[in-house]
Amino acid sequence: MVRDLLISRRAVIASGIALGASTLVRPVHASAPVKVAGIHASPVENAWNSRLHKALLDAAGEGAIEYVFSESVSGTDYPRAMREYAEQGIQLIVGECYAVEREARQVAAEYPQTSIVLGSSSEQTSDNFGVFGAWNYEAAYLAGMLSGKMTKTNVVGSVGAVPIPEINMLINAFAEGVKAVNPDARHLVSFTGTFFDPPKAREAGLAQIDAGADILFGERIGTADAARQRGIRSVGSLTDYTERYPETVFANAVWNFRPILDAAVADVAAGKAVGRNYTPYSLMKEGGNDISYVKGVAPAEAEEAMEKVRAEIMAGTFEVPRLLDAPK
Amino acid sequence: MTQLIDIFASIGLWSAVLRIATPLILGTLGALLCERSGVLNLGIEGIMTFGAMIGWLSVYHGADLWTGLLIAAIAGGLFGVLHSFLTVTLGLSQHVSGLGVTLFASSFSYYVFRMVVPVANTPPTIVPFQPLDIPVLSSLPFFGPAFFTQTAPTYLAIIIALLLAYIIFRTPMGLAIRMTGENPHAAEAQGVNPMVIRYGAVIAGSALMGAGGAFLTLAAFDSFFPTMMQGRGWICIALVVFASWRPGRALFGALLFAFFEAFQLRMQTMLGGAVPYQLFLMTPYILSIVALALMARRARVPQALMQPYRRGER
Repeated sequence: MVRDLLISRRAVIASGIALGASTLVRPVHASAPVKVAGIHASPVENAWNSRLHKALLDAAGEGAIEYVFSESVSGTDYPRAMREYAEQGIQLIVGECYAVEREARQVAAEYPQTSIVLGSSSEQTSDNFGVFGAWNYEAAYLAGMLSGKMTKTNVVGSVGAVPIPEINMLINAFAEGVKAVNPDARHLVSFTGTFFDPPKAREAGLAQIDAGADILFGERIGTADAARQRGIRSVGSLTDYTERYPETVFANAVWNFRPILDAAVADVAAGKAVGRNYTPYSLMKEGGNDISYVKGVAPAEAEEAMEKVRAEIMAGTFEVPRLLDAPK
Repeated sequence: MTQLIDIFASIGLWSAVLRIATPLILGTLGALLCERSGVLNLGIEGIMTFGAMIGWLSVYHGADLWTGLLIAAIAGGLFGVLHSFLTVTLGLSQHVSGLGVTLFASSFSYYVFRMVVPVANTPPTIVPFQPLDIPVLSSLPFFGPAFFTQTAPTYLAIIIALLLAYIIFRTPMGLAIRMTGENPHAAEAQGVNPMVIRYGAVIAGSALMGAGGAFLTLAAFDSFFPTMMQGRGWICIALVVFASWRPGRALFGALLFAFFEAFQLRMQTMLGGAVPYQLFLMTPYILSIVALALMARRARVPQALMQPYRRGER
């Protein structure tokens, strides 16, 4: 199911009110930062969680929130962790409920005074339960535009974890970006079937290089290691991998959690219900995702064309297609 | 069809097989050695995780790669001491103790990692083992790049497999280990101390597991993540049965599993659009189960496996 924009009228009005209200309420609350707990299902080094963790740490550093967290919380423990934080008087819980969609909503119903905003595959919300998706597909499209102009073999490859909509959308957007500038390029896709196995992602990357790919889009960490080993270029996702692979990763589809966090914290501070879909804050025009690339690696005209599209996305005149089906 | 032939003829496939197999070879040999002496060691998954962590951590703190590997092996051996104490001295259930060791070792490695390594966006890296070209052999056409440009621990794993086969079947010590696994009372009657043999086998076996785990962080990848073992230890336990408790076959089994894995990754790339990727992902496991079913019919289980030995008790 593809909708044009996820911002419903209600959300626009609500965010407008929230924005207005937050300016009124802020002076009162300025002395008491919102108490936020992060519950991470993976170690905080995991790319997705690292984005939440970093935004939360930054916000805490600025004094906007007080941040406590638990990591590697298994699905069986997740509701318990939520309850414990709720009992402790935490005002806002952020994290992910991909593995515990139903249980997380049950806990939310038990603690109506606690605001809960979790990454979710579902858009189902309730008064104190909001959801968000990690959308960095627009940036992936832009990285694809650079890659399409860079490939010499006319073959690019993507290695993903598991074909869930959020990952499909990302890989498809990368492929669309490649196709937009180089319709003849072939796009290889493989999945490792696990969310976390860097050595396996590396092997998948090597298999694609053996099949002719000379640019790899690494949806998971490990893919860039294959690229580095064979001396080709690679694109990172979610976080900026260029520092880790300086000669290899030339572009990253970076996701920023901060706009979602700020919106949720503002809602809580304003005493507003967080029961909405915060995903639109992941969009590029909200600062939720962006391409970060090393200038001069791609041909100048490719960078120029990409920047033009980037400006169009920002201005709202161009929309990157959001394709949720498993990439072929 | 030509695509299949292309895959088989590709150097990448065969060099991937050895690379993927290495941690499995070491882990399987370790589990096999324990079981030959009559002790099932389900601590393997945790011991491999701890080996991966401590080996990486040592190198991160300035040790060289071989020292890191050695420290991983020693740490594995220490968990072996724990497991032997529980199962040999106390004679507790080997299943329960082993799972306990796994839970403890994986959580403990997470704990140490978190205490010592600062949280970063992506975990810090080390410089891992680089591929080592074996002189003469590596310049052979096709076979050279396919088989003789691996990292040093891979060669070591294969040597250990052959060495272990020799020890188990050709030396008095091997005979004592096998005897303890078949009938510890008879071994005792022959002047062999089954307690000592079991302790030794479990410690040495666990050391191999630790080294196997360390391969992942010292050669296959350059960082440690607490959740990176992904069930490789359990695959080793199955491979021991597949191998009918014979080191040579364990080597073969690990290579076979790795072959299916490397093969499916290439099949996905070639036929990804036409066939659901899940089909490829499960092939290594399906084929392993089939192979297991075929092999296990003729398997000769060590008769005293999972039976605690109590001196003077019938």
